[in-house]
Amino acid sequence: MSYVIQAEGLQKRFGDTKALDGVDIAARRGTVLGVLGPNGAGKTTAVRVLATLLKPDAGRAEVCGYDVRKDAVRVRAMIGLTGQYASVDEELTGSENLRMIARLLDFGRAEARSRAVELLERFRLTDAGGRAVKTYSGGMRRRLDLAASLINRPEVIFLDEPTTGLDPRARNEVWETVREVVADGATVLLTTQYLEEADALADRIAVFDHGRVIAEGTSDDLKAQIGRQTLAVRAADAARAGQLAAIVGELAGERPEVQEPTGLVTVPVSDAAMLSALVRRLDDAGIEAAELALRMPSLDEVFLTLTGHLAEETRSENLVAEGSLA
Amino acid sequence: MTTTMTKPAVAGVRREPPGRISPQRTMRHGLTLAWRNVAQLRHSPEKLLDTTLMPIVFLLLFLYVFGGAVAGSTHSYLQQLLPGLVAQMAMFATMGLGTALNEDIHRGVFDRFRSLPIARSAPLIGSVLGDTVRFIIVMVVLVGFGSILGFRFHTDPLSVLGAFALAYVFYLAVCWVSVLVGLVAPSPETVQGLAFLWVMPLTFGSSILMPNTSTMPGWLEAWAKVNPVSHLAEAVRALTVGGPVGNHVWYTLAWAAGIVLVTFPLAMRMYSRRA
Ligand SMILES: Nc1ncnc2c1ncn2[C@@H]1O[C@H](COP(=O)(O)OP(=O)(O)O)[C@@H](O)[C@H]1O
Ligand SMILES: [Mg+2]
Repeated sequence: MSYVIQAEGLQKRFGDTKALDGVDIAARRGTVLGVLGPNGAGKTTAVRVLATLLKPDAGRAEVCGYDVRKDAVRVRAMIGLTGQYASVDEELTGSENLRMIARLLDFGRAEARSRAVELLERFRLTDAGGRAVKTYSGGMRRRLDLAASLINRPEVIFLDEPTTGLDPRARNEVWETVREVVADGATVLLTTQYLEEADALADRIAVFDHGRVIAEGTSDDLKAQIGRQTLAVRAADAARAGQLAAIVGELAGERPEVQEPTGLVTVPVSDAAMLSALVRRLDDAGIEAAELALRMPSLDEVFLTLTGHLAEETRSENLVAEGSLA
Repeated sequence: MTTTMTKPAVAGVRREPPGRISPQRTMRHGLTLAWRNVAQLRHSPEKLLDTTLMPIVFLLLFLYVFGGAVAGSTHSYLQQLLPGLVAQMAMFATMGLGTALNEDIHRGVFDRFRSLPIARSAPLIGSVLGDTVRFIIVMVVLVGFGSILGFRFHTDPLSVLGAFALAYVFYLAVCWVSVLVGLVAPSPETVQGLAFLWVMPLTFGSSILMPNTSTMPGWLEAWAKVNPVSHLAEAVRALTVGGPVGNHVWYTLAWAAGIVLVTFPLAMRMYSRRA
């Protein structure tokens, strides 16, 4: 069986909110599936259903071939979960946390101890291992949480927004870990609000919005799905930007944007052949191009096109909301 | 390479995991989680301050407020009061459990437990067993401080042991009421409020403070007579300072069994439903 995560038509309602409204997703063994979407899109609900913490109202899901509803105990034996909010025991030390979970996974006392030592070292927590978790920084807590979900080398790992709120260095560490566990053969389902993160880590991306998958594919697929590429050209002599824009506009049949103060001229194009035409026209006009490129649209642009609203906008709103909660 | 031979989780080679958790494994997981509660207390022993002081405060208060009126002298009252307080403390010691459980659930630790291949009941069993520490401390302080004030056992050690074993069984049963309240309540503060509502009538509408209930109004006397806390207090009295045991032990055990039979399945259902 090549799909280790497979879900069809998942639905889950909370009162009037359709948190999941018919979600289909699938992940092949040894790959990273990125679930990308703004706050409230249903990412956490999907993870909780797949990790057997929540029963779906309708639909079917299998993890490693086991039904999440009927065979929940077996599913739990195959997975590791790092939830959106830290799920380690604040009152215990880092080492005690790991040993406790190892014991719950039927490790012997000595085995549990050595696995804890190993993981603390791998996540650079050896020095902090004997301290209560409540004294840890946010990044350390995340690392411990991640370590806790890797104890029995699970086949499938769910990471719910593992880098939200982390500084760039801590984020890079999480990325490295994800790459390592995948290299070891695990399958990862990772949710994120960061387009950059999905682009960097995921083999395939499912874009969530309002409890639905509105697009699915590789990062390149998604970009291609939007179709149009962007032509970007800049004159070596910034004073000629206006003249350049006029030529570009004429060829593209669309009014280009001119960035100040760089003089970078951009326009969406559907025909790549336009590039050679442009080069000829620039020659004729005697304009030297300092920069000339056809760019794939960014994932932000993808999200905008797919949903009609910006992921970034939703995110900053939610950050404000979360901040006022704390 | 030799390491590849010992590596357990090679894709597709992993043994099929068992689909059910055996009672033995559940018990072992419960003990691991009980260890967690004990480790928490070891890190912050100040959490046991109230548990430690409670028996002292109640012993002094009741002894000197009621002693003269109820039994003529504080010394003879102490012999009746302390066994009653064993029953009362067995009730009171369960109150912190619901609050702690409710906090746990809100903190997300329980999500991790629920994602592990352990029985759903294991975390609850662990909480109850781990709270045994509280029971032991309360009883040791109660008897220790009581002895300083002049309390003496008048029966054989086996009966005394039996008395505390009975109190422990009853305590374990009542813990499940506390667990249930902890699972149902929306916040730790509510748990505390609710705890007083169910603990107080059970504890004080009983014969723990005065073995003679005939001065109570009829309805209260009727309640005090069936109240399991009264039966426990009477049983502990008989087993520690002497007198007829009667059916009090059996009544207490029957009540304990009844309480568990009702609250355990309810607690499990609430726990599974709580997402
Ligand atoms: N336990 C719950 N009770 C009520 N509403 C919920 C609950 N969990 C999630 N929701 C709602 O379901 C929607 C999806 O939530 P969630 O899955 O947490 O989204 P995401 O993780 O993408 O931010 C949101 O509108 C959220 O408010
Ligand atoms: Mg979420």
